[in-house]
Order: sequence, then structure tokens, then C-alpha cells
Amino acid sequence: MSTQTTSEDLELNQLQSEAEESAAAWRASRSGHGGSSAERLSSLDTLESEAIHIIREVVAEFEKPALLFSGGKDSVVMLHLATKAFWPGKVPFPVLHVDTGHNFPEVIDFRDRTVERLGLKLVVGSVQEFIDRGELAERADGTRNPLQTVPLLDAIQHNKFDAVFGGGRRDEDKARAKERILSLRDEFGQWDPRNQRPELWNLYNGRHTVGQHVRAFPISNWTELDIWRYIERENIELPSLYYAHEREVFARDGMWRAVGEVSQPLPNEDVITKLVRYRTVGDMSCTGAVESDARTVADVVVEVAASTLTERGATRADDRISEAAMEDRKKDGYF
Amino acid sequence: MSTETLAAGLETALPTTLFRFATAGSVDDGKSTLVGRLLHDSKAILADTLDAVARTSADRGFGGEKGGIDLALLTDGLRAEREQGITIDVAYRYFATDRRSFILADCPGHVQYTKNTVTGASTADAVVVLIDARKGVLEQTRRHLSVLQLLRVAHVIVAVNKIDLVDFSEQVFRDIEADVQKVARELGLGSDGVADLLVVPVSALDGDNVVDRSERTPWYTGPALLEVLETLPAADELEAELESFRFPVQLVIRPQGALAPDAVAAGLDVEAYRDYRAYAGQITEGSVKVGDEVSVISPGHEPRTTTVIGIDFAGQSLDEAAAPQSVAVRLADEIDIARGDTIAAAGTVRESTADLYASLAWLSPKPLREGQKVLVKHGTRTVQALVRNVTGKLDLATFNVEPASNLELNDIGHAQLRLSAPLPLENYLHHRRTGAFLVIDPNDGNTLAAGLVKDHPGDHEDERYVI
Ligand SMILES: Nc1nc2c(ncn2[C@@H]2O[C@H](COP(=O)(O)OP(=O)(O)OP(=O)(O)O)[C@@H](O)[C@H]2O)c(=O)[nH]1
Ligand SMILES: [Mg+2]
Repeated sequence: MSTQTTSEDLELNQLQSEAEESAAAWRASRSGHGGSSAERLSSLDTLESEAIHIIREVVAEFEKPALLFSGGKDSVVMLHLATKAFWPGKVPFPVLHVDTGHNFPEVIDFRDRTVERLGLKLVVGSVQEFIDRGELAERADGTRNPLQTVPLLDAIQHNKFDAVFGGGRRDEDKARAKERILSLRDEFGQWDPRNQRPELWNLYNGRHTVGQHVRAFPISNWTELDIWRYIERENIELPSLYYAHEREVFARDGMWRAVGEVSQPLPNEDVITKLVRYRTVGDMSCTGAVESDARTVADVVVEVAASTLTERGATRADDRISEAAMEDRKKDGYF
Repeated sequence: MSTETLAAGLETALPTTLFRFATAGSVDDGKSTLVGRLLHDSKAILADTLDAVARTSADRGFGGEKGGIDLALLTDGLRAEREQGITIDVAYRYFATDRRSFILADCPGHVQYTKNTVTGASTADAVVVLIDARKGVLEQTRRHLSVLQLLRVAHVIVAVNKIDLVDFSEQVFRDIEADVQKVARELGLGSDGVADLLVVPVSALDGDNVVDRSERTPWYTGPALLEVLETLPAADELEAELESFRFPVQLVIRPQGALAPDAVAAGLDVEAYRDYRAYAGQITEGSVKVGDEVSVISPGHEPRTTTVIGIDFAGQSLDEAAAPQSVAVRLADEIDIARGDTIAAAGTVRESTADLYASLAWLSPKPLREGQKVLVKHGTRTVQALVRNVTGKLDLATFNVEPASNLELNDIGHAQLRLSAPLPLENYLHHRRTGAFLVIDPNDGNTLAAGLVKDHPGDHEDERYVI
């Protein structure tokens, strides 16, 4: 952050110190020994500390955890938190990527560089292989995001992962908003939203029987804006398509779709070059770009803070299929 | 960059603090509508979400002739919830004002889902209990208030809702307020200086006294709900203030040469870190400084005293850390320490004990019986336990603890357990983290109860925990 002091800074400082004064007065009235030297943590620090606590709990209590890593911003933040949790040691689990075969090339490149940099083992579950073997059928709409469930469960089973970290956030969707931090899945990977375990204080119960596994969501309580502020604060590298760039796009379903191998315009869809960025990165065939001139992380923070659309609403065709699209996919074992 | 965007950038950069609150109260009292109203009026709802909710509301004929938006749909996200118009499980939603980031847990009111309400309330700094102005205090209101008293939620706010349906009557409000105060007195809510109690008249549907004070309740001179939520201190603020440092060890960081390649690339001195050993965990209360004397508590050992020589966090060396920070602590002496051990300010933890006197909120349809074997998860340690006897259960009508020999779903009661290994148990009243535990079914692994350490054999009579 900038070290210059502007008049805005002074005003903000004043506002803040007023709030702190009243809190301090309250504390003094209750504790009888005045304030202590310990400062109140900022909301980002509190979220970070909570996430690291959860990551460490899972590593301590499970035999074989893995982290879902797509190269998307939430999974990048997850991995960053894991490196902090075990510093100076290595991240003590492999990463798992469910490859739809419809990826943005720069994201795959980023994935491989990251894995290399951190000395991690990468496990890939491939949608394409399942399609080639005839175990999955291509959908009429060409979208492959919903097809990720089968390869995901297969990879979990074959590698005997008993806990899988995901970067899911409760603010993403109304079904995710209901999910526990440790979410139990049955033999079929299914989530039973009507019958979740109580989750009390910060005591996480990861007990499971043979065949069951647990999905762990350490950044459940982060919002999209928290993620971006954290990326800015920690100086975390992301795939370049999160920042504004020129790209050939065409309009479909109220979104800008990139022109690519698996994403071709129909004859009536005009291709134009626009300044765009991505708010989420998923399957290239269903993830849309948004018009944006946010070229730096600071610009993105400002843009996200002012956005009037949710990130999935703005960019994901797979969540538009029905009102309960996410819930249905989660029940079937999706992330 | 224009000054406007510059200002916006500065505003987002202002470090806000986190505050968690939950809703409670009987079924249909308007909890989800209130949450929707708070989100809506604090501009936390984005256009596409609001559009979807407006469409669903219209499809279902919400509000009849008048129309309108069913704000409860903003949190009732499961298909079954939308179909039945009730909340089944907690929904977590997020919004921020200039002062604070809020984590909001909208809990169900239905008695069948009380376990989910306990889930939502267990991490809350404050709970807003709703009461339908037409119905007043109901059994479920009493149940939820006793759960909040059991959990010692720091702040309880009662919202007398649907005040529009009783013509904004002051009399109705005052009567309910008096009932609430009576219940609070009987329960001891607020009496031990832990909880405050505030009663606010609101209309969740119309927004009166939710974000802004209403002109339709001129007889009410107190703050609107959001004003209260913005100024109450968070529980971890209170925990960081405690003088007794507590640090349950989650795991030992001992890379033994397997150092993180990115750290090495960034210049980490490989030789200096060859014998690195630190204890990782989250500070549950109090604070610690380099140089502090600490006791290490492990089963089968007398507490061992040593000195903190380093507090590490991802490459930074800290001089001091406080609850709820996650850090790694290095100690002067080579002591054998493992997950489940506790590091605490020297001399402040009493002897570990295998006799657990507990208050329990029973959350399972399988009843608790004397002689049963269960698991107890306390801090970072899980041990077996035998239920020696159930000593009483709370009668919701009188708030007296009556003799009992078992506990059933949604009961609050007392029991005595014998643990297979001694634990550093502490009275929940004074130690929210080290005084809490889970009761787990050893067969299917499900969580059976929220447990609170009621007292310690060494406690004085007057320190004992009543509910
Ligand atoms: N007139 C009026 N109606 C309200 C008000 N608040 C809620 N309601 C209505 O009361 C009904 C129940 O509201 P919900 O918000 O779903 O109640 P709830 O407490 O969340 O219910 P559960 O979560 O199932 O316990 C809905 O029809 C609301 O529109 C209010 O302030 N005034
Ligand atoms: Mg509800």
C-alpha cells in the first residue's frame, strides 16, 4: 500500500480511530483492565487465520488429502494459504485438476508453472479420456463443466483421497451458501443438504466411514472482493486472463464468449475485438468474459467493489440452466 | 484515474473488522425476511440475484394483489426450502458497511432443525432473536434463548417483528418486551455480565428499524438493528483481551530438509532451517510474546515449563501474536510435543482431569443414555468417554433443571463423563474455546451434541455454570 499520506487517508484514519475509541471504551467498561496491546485483526487477517486453521486440521486428521487446483483465482488463493500454513515446509499434499479438455491454454500453462514452482505432485482427471472411452457423452449444448463430476469421483477413488480441499465460497451461489466447511460425501460423492452434521465452534468433525470422503472448504467465508483484496495484498500471481486484454469475442446468452477451438461463433454471431477480462475461469465453452478496462489488480478490486452482477451470474452459462442448477450438481458429487 | 475512482479505491482499502451474527426464533417469525431486508437495504444484493428473486416471487404470487419481493428467497436457497417456504439449514450471507464486514447466518426456526440453529449460533458474536408481534414469546423462542444462554453468546438482540401487522402498537411491543425481560431474568441471560439484551420493534417486510430508524414507531427511541450490529464488539476482540494465553497444537512443522522450493528460491537459508521445529496452531485466547514463559500440557506428563523463542508466520518473525491468529511457535527446550497438546501461559492451567462435568445441547435423534460410550473432541484431541450419569435436563416451561436419566433430541441437560485420558478442561464460562467440546458417535462418526465444560473439580461453588 502507498506510504504517502493524503487528506483522504487522514479522514479515514480519523473515522477509524473514532470507531476504535468507542470499542476501547466498551472494553474498558467490561474488562476492568483497559485495552491491551493486541490490535484487532482486520477482516482479511481473520479470514486468513480461519482458513489456515482449517487446512491444518484437515492435514492433521486425514490420511490422504488433496487440493482441487484449476488455476482459477479461488484455487490459487487456496494454494497460497496452504504454503503459508506449512512454511518453511512444503505443501504436504498433491493437487488435483479435473481437466475438461476445454481449457484456456494460458490457464494450463499457469497450472504447470505453479506446480513446478512449489514442487507439488499433480494428479489430472481427464473428461476427454472418459468421453473417448465412451463412459461420458458430450452434451448437446457442448458444455463440459457438468461432466467433471465422474472424473473427479474416479480420481478421488483411485487415489484414495479421503479429504479434498475446494476453493468454494458461500457467496458464490445460494446452494453453496448452505454448505458446511467440512462437507461429508457418501460413496457416490453425493451431498445431502437436508441432513448435514452440526458444525460447532471451530471444532471440525471429519469422521467418516470407508467409502465416504470429506470436501473441505477453508475459504467458505470469503467473498469475491475479499479474494481480490487478498490477491492484491499478498501480491499473488494469477493467469493473465483475469486482467483486461484484447480478445476476439462474440455475443451469446448475454455474455462475451472467446473465439477458440471449442467455442466457435454461429453464422449469425459477429466476431469483434474487445477489451475484456474473466471473473471466473472454467470450461472455455461456457465461461463468458466481461467488458473491462481493469488491467491491474488494484483496478479489479475497484471494479469488483462496484459491480452490480454476481460473478457466476455474469459469466457462467452452466448455472443458468435452472434455478437450482448448482444444488443439483452438488448433490451428484460436483465440487 | 478520476478522483471518484480513487476515492472508491481508498474506501475498499480501509481495513474493516469481521463481525458474525445469526438469527433465531420460532418458525415463520420472519428471520429470513429480515436477513433479506438487511442485505437488500445495505445494497449487498446484486442485480442478477434480485432479478431472479423477483421472478420467483411473481411466479409464486407473493404478496397477492400488492405484489412485491419475497426477501426470504435471498437466503432460502435449497429447492425444498423454496417449495415449503421454510428454512431447513443455515445460509451464510455476507455484506459490508464502511465499518464492518458481516458474516450472517440465517438459521431455521423449526424445532426439527434446532441442530442447525445451534450450528449457526455457535460461531456468532451476536444473535438476533425474532418474535412475531402477533404471537409473542413461544416455546421455540424459549428454547432458542436457552441455547443462546447455554452458548453464552455475547450479545442477544430481540427483534419484535411484523410490527406493521399490529398497527405499530406501542402497547403490544411493551408487553412483549416485558415478557422477554422476564424470560431473560429467569434464564439469567445478561445477568453474569456476558450477554447484553436489547429489544427492537421491526418490520422485516417493510424495513422499519432495520437499517434506518422508522417514523412509524415514534415511541421507540433506540437504535435501528444495523446500527447496533455495527457497534457491538466481536467475541474474538474479547478473547484477545483475556490474559490467559491458550494454544492447542494442531501439528508440528518439521521439514527436515523438505523445505518449500519457493521459499528456497526466495533465499531461505537451507542450513539454518535444517533442524527447524515449530508448533502450529491457532491462538484460542489471550496473546503471547517472544520471551514469555509457557507451560506445555500433554497427557501423562506434569506441565513442563519453557520459553517462547520465536513466533513465525509464513516467513515473518512476529514479536507478539493474539487470538485468533494462526501462527507457529518455537520453544527454547527440546520437549516432545504432538498434536493434541496445549501450550499455555505458564502456571495458568489447572491439572488435567478425566472427570468431565458437562452441559450438553443434544442434537441427535439417538438419545444419550447412561453407560453409553462416546467420543469427545476437545481442542485438537479426541478421546473415548463413558457416560457415567445424566444429572438433569432443562424444563423449558420453568427453566428449572429437573432430574433425568437420558437426553433426547433438542434437550439441554447435564451429564458426567469419564474420559479415557485426562484433558486440560476449563470452565466454558471463562474459556470459550478450551471449555467447548463435541460429543461424537463412535459408530457412524456423527456429531451428537455440543458440549460445554460446566465446572472443574477445583472450582468454587459460586463459579459453577448453571445451565
Ligand atoms: N407483514 C409482515 N410479514 C412478514 C414480516 N416479516 C416476515 N413476514 C412474512 O412472514 C412469513 C415468514 O417469513 P420468513 O422470513 O420465511 O420466516 P422465517 O422466520 O425465516 O421462517 P423459518 O426460517 O422457516 O423459521 C413470510 O410470508 C413473510 O413474508 C413483517 O415484518 N411483516
Ligand atoms: Mg427462514
